[in-house]
Amino acid sequence: MSILVDEKTRVVVQGITGREGAFHTMQMLKYGTLVAAGVTPGKRGQNVEGVPVYNTVHEAVKYEGVNASCVFVPPLFAADAVMEAASEGVGVIVCITEGIPAMDMVKVAAFLKDRQSVLIGPNCPGIISPGKTKVGIMPGHIHKPGNVGVISRSGTLTYEVVDQLTGVGLGQSTCIGIGGDSIIGTTFIDHLMLFKDDPQTDGVVLIGEIGGSAEEEAAEYIQAEFPKPVIAFIAGQTAPPDKRMGHAGAIISGGKGKAQDKIRALEEAGITVARNLGRLGESVFAVMKHAARSAT
Amino acid sequence: MKLHEYQAKEFFKRFGIPVPEGKVTRSGDEALAAARELKGPPWVVKAQVHAGGRGKGGGVKVAGSIEDVKEAASAILGTPLVTKQTGPDGRKVHQVLVEEGVQIDREFYLAVVIDRAKAMPVVIFSQAGGMEIEEVAVRTPELVLRQFVDPVAGWMSYQARTLAYGLDPLPDSDTLKDIMAVMGKLYRAFVSLDCSLAEINPLVITEQGKVIAVDAKINIDDNALPRQKELRAFDDPKEKDPLDVKAEQYNLNYIRLSGNIGAMVNGAGLAMATMDVIKLAGAEPANFLDVGGGASEEMVTRGLEIILEDENVKAILINIFGGILRCDVLARGVLAAAEKTAIRVPLIVRLEGTNVEEGRKILQESKLKFMVAKDMAEAAAMVTEQVKKSA
Repeated sequence: MSILVDEKTRVVVQGITGREGAFHTMQMLKYGTLVAAGVTPGKRGQNVEGVPVYNTVHEAVKYEGVNASCVFVPPLFAADAVMEAASEGVGVIVCITEGIPAMDMVKVAAFLKDRQSVLIGPNCPGIISPGKTKVGIMPGHIHKPGNVGVISRSGTLTYEVVDQLTGVGLGQSTCIGIGGDSIIGTTFIDHLMLFKDDPQTDGVVLIGEIGGSAEEEAAEYIQAEFPKPVIAFIAGQTAPPDKRMGHAGAIISGGKGKAQDKIRALEEAGITVARNLGRLGESVFAVMKHAARSAT
Repeated sequence: MKLHEYQAKEFFKRFGIPVPEGKVTRSGDEALAAARELKGPPWVVKAQVHAGGRGKGGGVKVAGSIEDVKEAASAILGTPLVTKQTGPDGRKVHQVLVEEGVQIDREFYLAVVIDRAKAMPVVIFSQAGGMEIEEVAVRTPELVLRQFVDPVAGWMSYQARTLAYGLDPLPDSDTLKDIMAVMGKLYRAFVSLDCSLAEINPLVITEQGKVIAVDAKINIDDNALPRQKELRAFDDPKEKDPLDVKAEQYNLNYIRLSGNIGAMVNGAGLAMATMDVIKLAGAEPANFLDVGGGASEEMVTRGLEIILEDENVKAILINIFGGILRCDVLARGVLAAAEKTAIRVPLIVRLEGTNVEEGRKILQESKLKFMVAKDMAEAAAMVTEQVKKSA
C-alpha cells in the first residue's frame, strides 16, 4: 500500500497550459503518473504532452474519471481552483501554488470542512508514492520504494532528507510535502493518522520548521496514539524572531513558534529529534533499521 | 509589509475608527508648525519606525508647550531609537507624528489576526490595554477575550457584545456601543486591506467619554499585495536593511543576519537547515538566502553579489539541491557573479540533484577557486575548517 495516491490514481492538472503546469505534466508522465486530463478555461480540445485539456474540472471528472488534482494556477486564482476541484468531489487535491493570500485560504478551509477532499499544500512540492505515482514537482529519481513515510513542511529540504534515506537503503512508502504557508489543507496529524493504518509504512520521518504549533500538536498525537517509530528534524534553530524565513508560515511571532520549543515538545513526547542534517539519513537508519527489510 | 502608525491611522479614519488629530512631520520646525494647527497642550510627539516598544525607548514624548514639541521632535529625529525590537544599534527616525494629547480614562487592547491552527480570523480584546498582549496572555489569561470569525457569516453583532460585555466595570451604554462599533470597523479594515495584523493598543475611553484609537498598527499580508495595489505605495524602504531592499528587487528571499558565513540555498526549509548546519559547525550564519525553487542564472548572480556586499562575510557556503533549479544554471550564475565581483572569500559549493554532473564540470573547468563538498556532512566540516583558519 501507500497513502492517498498510488498507481491507479488518475490526475487532472489544473493550469496545465501554463509554463509550470506543462513542464511538470511532462515530468509526472515520465515518472509514470496517470495524468488523465488537464484544465485551462477556454482551452478545451487542446492537448499537452498528449493529455487532453478541458475547460472545467467538472468535464475532467465526467470524461476522464480523475480522482486527484495538481494545481498550478497563479496565486490570486488558486483558491478558486481548489474549491472547483473539491466541489467536483476530487479526492486528493495537491496545490503547488506559492503566494496565496491568507484570507483566501481561510475561505478554502471553511469550504473544505463539509467535503471529503484532502488538500495537500498550498506552497508545497506535492505527494509521491515511490515506484507508483507522483503528484507534484519533486525530483522522482531520488526516491525509492520502501517502508518509511515522510511528512514535511518544506520542499528542497525534503529532497535532501529523502536522498539521504535512499542513500542508506531506506526506501519510502509515501512522501508528503504539506506546505510552507501558515494555513494549509492538511497537517502532520492528518497524515500520521493515515500512516498509522498503512501496512507498508514501518516508521515516519517528520520534518518541521519554525512558526505555528503543528509540530507540538503532532508530538501530542504521536505520544497518545501513534505506535510506529518517528524521527523528527526541525529547521530554523538559528532563525531570528519576527522575520519571515521565505515560507509565509515560517515566522516566530510573539515569542511563539521557536525551533527550540518544538524540539523540546517532540523530545518530551519520546520522539527522537535529529540535530545534524548532514547525518540525518544515518540517524533515521539507527532508529528504523528494520524498515530496510524490503529495500532492494 | 508593515505600515507606519500615521499611515495606519489614515486607513482607520477611512473606515470610521476615531483617531486623535495629528500630522506627520520631518523636522523640529515642521513639528512646531503642526502643533500650532492642532489642539493643545498637551501634544504628543511619536517616532514613526517599524518597531514596537517605542514608548520605553524614548520614541514617544508628551509636550506641554509649542517649544517642547519642537525640542522633542528634534531630539527624536536626531538620535537612533533603540527599542527591544530594533537591536542595539537602534533605528534612525525619519518622521515624527505630532498629535493632540488625549486625557485617558481607560485603556483597552483590540486586534484582529488570523489564527493558524483554526484557519479563521480572530478578534482579540482585553481590558488590560497599553501593555504587551503576549505578557497579559501569560500572566492573566482570563483578561484576554477572543472571538473567532466565521468567514462566511463575517463579524456578527453578538460577537461584539460578547467581548464588550466582558468588561469590568461596564462603561455606560453609549460608550459600549462606540467600542462595539470600533470592533466591527477594525474587522472590516482587516478584511478589506488583506491585513495579517490590525491592532489598536491602546483603544481608550477619554475623560470626556470618547472612544479613540490612540495607537494603530497594520501589517499587510505580503501575498495579497498584488491585489492591494494602493498599499504598495506605503512601503518604506528606509525601514529595511539596504541589502534586504536590493534582494527584494531581484525577487530573492534574503534576510541579513549578524554572523560571518554567507549562505546561498534553494528552498526556504533547506536554507534554514543550512544556517543551522553552519551554527552546528561552530560558526554563525551571515544571512538567510533562498534563491527559490526555480531560480534563474541572473538571480543566482545577484544573490552572490548581495552576500559579498556584506563585509562581515568570511566564507560562503552554496548549498543547492537541484529539483526545478538545475545545477548547471546555478554554476553559470556563480561564474557570472565571479566575473563582475572578485570573490574575496573561500567558497564552499555543495551541489546535488538535477544536472549535477554538468554543474560540477562547469565549476571545475573555470578559473574560480572553490571547494566542492560531496554532501551536507562534508560541507559542514569545511565550514568548521574555515572558521578555525579565520580564528
